[in-house]
Amino acid sequence: MTTDKNLILRLEKLARLQLSDTEREEIGGDLDKILAMVDKLQEIDTENVEPLTYINEEVNVLRADAIKNQTDRAAALRNAPDTDGTYFKVPKVIER
Amino acid sequence: MLTVPPKYTTLTQIRTDLTAGKTTLVALTEYYLQRISETEELNIYLEVYAEEALAKAADLDKKFKENPASVGKMYGAVISIKDVLCYANHKVTGGSKILEGFESLFSATAIERCLAEDALLIGRVNCDEFGMGSATENPHYGVTRNAADTNRVPGGSSGGSAAAVQADTCLVSLGSDTGGSVRQPAAFCGVYGLKPTYGRISRYGLLAYASSFDQIGILAHSPQDAALFLEIMAGQDEYDATSSSKAVPAYSQTPPFSGKAKIAYFDTAVNHASIDPAVRNATLQTIEKYRAAGHVVVSVDFAYLDYIIPAYYVLTTAEASSNLSRYDGVRYGRRSPEAQTVDEMYRLSRTEGFGKEVKRRIMLGTFVLSAGYYDAYYTKAQKVRRLIQQRTFEILEEYDFILMPVAPSPAWKIGEKNTDPVAAYLADIFTVQANMTGIPAMAFPVGETEEGLPIGLQLMGRKFGEAELLSFVSNGDF
Repeated sequence: MTTDKNLILRLEKLARLQLSDTEREEIGGDLDKILAMVDKLQEIDTENVEPLTYINEEVNVLRADAIKNQTDRAAALRNAPDTDGTYFKVPKVIER
Repeated sequence: MLTVPPKYTTLTQIRTDLTAGKTTLVALTEYYLQRISETEELNIYLEVYAEEALAKAADLDKKFKENPASVGKMYGAVISIKDVLCYANHKVTGGSKILEGFESLFSATAIERCLAEDALLIGRVNCDEFGMGSATENPHYGVTRNAADTNRVPGGSSGGSAAAVQADTCLVSLGSDTGGSVRQPAAFCGVYGLKPTYGRISRYGLLAYASSFDQIGILAHSPQDAALFLEIMAGQDEYDATSSSKAVPAYSQTPPFSGKAKIAYFDTAVNHASIDPAVRNATLQTIEKYRAAGHVVVSVDFAYLDYIIPAYYVLTTAEASSNLSRYDGVRYGRRSPEAQTVDEMYRLSRTEGFGKEVKRRIMLGTFVLSAGYYDAYYTKAQKVRRLIQQRTFEILEEYDFILMPVAPSPAWKIGEKNTDPVAAYLADIFTVQANMTGIPAMAFPVGETEEGLPIGLQLMGRKFGEAELLSFVSNGDF
């Protein structure tokens, strides 16, 4: 598997990143090398092997549907890049 | 002096001196602050809580003087924390520009439990960005240097934590270990490093890198302190559904290891093409010492050694690409001043905020999770993970521990592994197995190279077998 510019552009879009042409080339080359390393996995027969997703042994950790661990508005907005004092502000989303 | 013999190697010694009136927590805090300033060129600390720590130390000394029984188990412990652990009303950046200036609203459960036992936090230390790296060559906050040789790296990603203990700027440092990030820097800096079983310590308040691998770990001068810290921090937490409900043993009261251990090692690891002769010799000598002490040490087959790293990088980058999508510039963290639209806000904020290695891993993770490649890469790696876990558990049914080098080489020179990501990734070959399978592992110092660089080995144990691991390492049969 080798990457090409179109694939890198697609990944940038999916990951919400914007690379320069130089970075694009560099990261494309890196991904090729990494994927060449990863291709080694194909040597292992995994027919009939269940994928392993969870490492913990806890099953169905449930809790009451109760409101707790709340924070006040001022604290919640403290780290915000932009607010109107009540809400988080972002650039305009909907065109009128 | 960048390296000094540690003033204290265990909290027990400190408590003895505090009780005898030979020292105070204020005096101890002043000593560590002095060490921080003497070792400034190592670039360990991103932030030192000097005034706050001294004031808190005075309060705790007063409490102790009034009633020695009123202080917690960690009174006397001066600790530093890796810049991935949340401490209420203090900065945490994950070593990233994207969180520059961010102040946490809450403390990680692990930190909360240490504070409740009167531990004293002295500062926040450097690391690889979001734990992604093995050298603490941080693109935003600079490289942290190894106190044994300032031209060399301290390892990573908890390199600041390892150097902080090595240079005696604190008694203990808390780090995190996703693929060796506590153990490898511990080995590079000649200190102890414990990665507990997955789920043993709550991850609440630990900035996420790869959630099915991440675990908070402990870097210390002694296994005794690692045991006490584990005892305090471990245990179920309602804020982390993956934290284990298993009872927490009194690790600090574990009796010395008695009887003879059965220890496995992999010939393919000891004789791996990448291994440095000094590390190989140290491993072989340790095997001989264990045998001389009456333990059974046997080479076993492990066919998956060279498949661990490929599977690890598929799975961790996938989890990272998902975890790091939270950094979007909306509610906290960096927002690009150039952004005019919502899309630009996401794209430019992330592009400006993340360093190169983080972008590389997000791109790889995005690729392996994307339509058309998911099964061939992500599912395949998950299947290989199961095979690796099955074989590892099988070995640990028959053997008490698995002995491994921590890293193929001692600390490398700054900049040496910057050019080829694959070469850098492959250096994690011996540490990743514990994270892939969820088992505990502990790195311990065994000596030095001719040039005076520390060498560390590790023992991996059964799931939730920290007590056995700690007691065996405490015995020091090496």
